[in-house]
Amino acid sequence: MSAHRFRVNGEPVSIDRPGMRRLLDVLRDDLGLTGTKEGCGEGECGACTVLVDGVPVVACLVPVCQVVGADVRTVEGLAPAPGVLSTLQQAFLKTGGAQCGICTPGMLMAADAYLADGGGTDEDAIREAIAGNLCRCTGYTRIIEAIALAAERGEAAR
Amino acid sequence: MRDAEPEAISPTRLAEAYAWLAEGPIRPIAGGTDLMVALAAETLEPPERVLDLWRLDELRGISEDGGDLVVGALTTWTELRRSAVVLARLPVLAEAAATIGAVQIQNRGTLGGNVVNASPAGDALPVLLATDAILELGGLRGERTVAAADFWPAYRRTALAPDELLLRVRFPSAPGREVRYRKVGTRRAQAISKVVMAVGWRPDAEGRWRDVRVAVGSMGPTPMRAPRAEATLEGQLPTEILADRVAGALSEDLSPIDDVRSTAAYRRAVSARILMRILREEGGW
Repeated sequence: MSAHRFRVNGEPVSIDRPGMRRLLDVLRDDLGLTGTKEGCGEGECGACTVLVDGVPVVACLVPVCQVVGADVRTVEGLAPAPGVLSTLQQAFLKTGGAQCGICTPGMLMAADAYLADGGGTDEDAIREAIAGNLCRCTGYTRIIEAIALAAERGEAAR
Repeated sequence: MRDAEPEAISPTRLAEAYAWLAEGPIRPIAGGTDLMVALAAETLEPPERVLDLWRLDELRGISEDGGDLVVGALTTWTELRRSAVVLARLPVLAEAAATIGAVQIQNRGTLGGNVVNASPAGDALPVLLATDAILELGGLRGERTVAAADFWPAYRRTALAPDELLLRVRFPSAPGREVRYRKVGTRRAQAISKVVMAVGWRPDAEGRWRDVRVAVGSMGPTPMRAPRAEATLEGQLPTEILADRVAGALSEDLSPIDDVRSTAAYRRAVSARILMRILREEGGW
């Protein structure tokens, strides 16, 4: 078995683990990137959403063998520089789009992909983009406001 | 699953994948949206080895072939939703893809995975039955085809041999055919269906329904056609009287169960209602 090589938030990594190890466990346990949360562990809740080559996926259902050569982005990779938040992150702060916080990293990643894909302020489109991310605190309203605000501010959230 | 993580083999050529399968036993994985869940839930004994199909580009792509629409087994729901060819040729397939999971699942889940996983609730499978789709299989012994209607012989069983892969789904050309699709779940996203239905027909010059197909999921041990309902509709105009008659025929065709998602009684009532509404829309009554 050879190690699995790919990039996480721009940095090359090499993971010497079985190919069916979940990307979620690689990120959290092998790389110490605990921003990505485990909710249900079966693809229902979206808490572990990360981007693989820009595309949102749930890291609990992706085996590490399937990200070899890919560019994985996690919530730790959203901020453009230390101490500087992305437009999207600022919008979540501004509208109060987080309560307990467990869904927030996944929400941010799903929303980031939505905005990068040219998504705008339309509420139905935003709701569809985050339909795979459950939040049990907020009722979603302020999350949707945050994403719309980031879309309005123009730049994709990077 | 973290206690027992199988090794994976990730071939890039189909011939290599065939060789691994022939050597067996090895469990194929496509986008993982079913297999990874089964491993996490421990409803599946972890296989010793897994054959990762994700790098087999020969199984990707959507094309037209002599009027047929041909979809590679590894084509994701997102790709189906966005395909100009699918939207032009078989928009109902994109419609079905849009009902599956949410964006994260649609980016990973594949048409081929849905077919081979063989869940009676597989969302796209009634579309395959309603369009007389043909499944193209391959292995070291060569390629062969199986009609969708013959592919799921029993609960969670397929016509695939252990040394074969599903390569493509072929949707034969059917000029003038109409297809409608409905899925009923607890909510619009991330829901396994309580009832899923696809209805296909070709209206003749007088508007009578010809070559009728009524296909359902979550209504029996396999995705299935409803032959009595089809026979009742064949050659008829979509009238209100017909809708009453076909409800009884459909009920006889189905064998739903009570489970965590719904009840048999609900499924019977809702499937009859879905079919009635399709007839009403088409009949304009």
